[in-house]
Amino acid sequence: MQIDVIHSIAIIAVVALVTALIRFSPFIIFPAGKEAPKTINYLGTVLPYAIMGMLVIYCLRNTSFASAGQWAPAFISVALVVALHVWKRNTLISVLCGTICYMVLVQTVFA
Amino acid sequence: MTETAAKKENVFDRKRTFRQAFLDSLPVMAGYVVLGLGYGLIMETSGYSFLWAMAMSIFVFAGSMQYVTVSLLTGGASLITTGLMTLMINARHFFYGISMLGKYKDMGKEKPLLIHTLVDETYSLVCTRLHDEEWFDEKKYYLYISLLNWSYWVVASAAGGIAGTFITFDTTGIDFAMTALFVVIFTEQWLSTKEHLPALTGLGASLICLLVFGPDRFLIPAMVLISAVLLLLRKRLEEK
Repeated sequence: MQIDVIHSIAIIAVVALVTALIRFSPFIIFPAGKEAPKTINYLGTVLPYAIMGMLVIYCLRNTSFASAGQWAPAFISVALVVALHVWKRNTLISVLCGTICYMVLVQTVFA
Repeated sequence: MTETAAKKENVFDRKRTFRQAFLDSLPVMAGYVVLGLGYGLIMETSGYSFLWAMAMSIFVFAGSMQYVTVSLLTGGASLITTGLMTLMINARHFFYGISMLGKYKDMGKEKPLLIHTLVDETYSLVCTRLHDEEWFDEKKYYLYISLLNWSYWVVASAAGGIAGTFITFDTTGIDFAMTALFVVIFTEQWLSTKEHLPALTGLGASLICLLVFGPDRFLIPAMVLISAVLLLLRKRLEEK
């Protein structure tokens, strides 16, 4: 596959710069010794939980309900991941089994 | 420097701290092997060799964003779109920084490194895992966790890119590894607390925004709605 090297480097540079900006800005806006507002601290404690829920939805955002083959693999695999994780609490087992399950489902059962 | 602080300095055991950091980081290593290999593989099949994957893993180090970047690269996205997507998907890192302001306050010259490597998985380890044995060197622990996770990610994505050249089996669906990891972290957080309102807010608000705004533009409204709902729930949540 032919790639546009210059534009690709530009895209990666933008991703890297914006990411760095996001990561460094809290420490620049609220330097050591300066107390961050209580509201910001509160959001800092509750947001990680909410954002993870959002990321799960984000990953499944393109799921279509037109036919079982389009939603079943993802839903079955997510259910398996949750069940495995509640049972074993082992990230490796949960991620690996869930991914294999999904790959088998989309490649064979619901192909 | 007070005498007690100096004394403490002597008690800290860097080797034991490193061993502890390594053990704690093993699940991340496992997750990264799958996700990083998958990422390198997808880059390779999109025409980007392992050097590209490695460079991204070193300079960006943000798993979900790197997956999204593959579609930006292959689709030849504009730089503005790229910047906005990055802003939306990585905005949560801002809040990781906010909640680490105190812990990373006195990190000295290693601070920029710690900030650059504050990804989901590192955050989940440095914000929750606390050891209070007297040999435990908290600052070094943060550094070790950050460096270990970063190196797993760089090595795995490079390996994925190299392996991609030799792989002959059907890799369709391997990108589900990222979904699986987020589901795992979500489940882990769910099990670790009795207060499920923030998690439910995240799911509910995102679902509503997805239905209203569609898959391509629901992230920003979702984040605004989530923040608004959480601020409304503040009294309730802070009471506990």
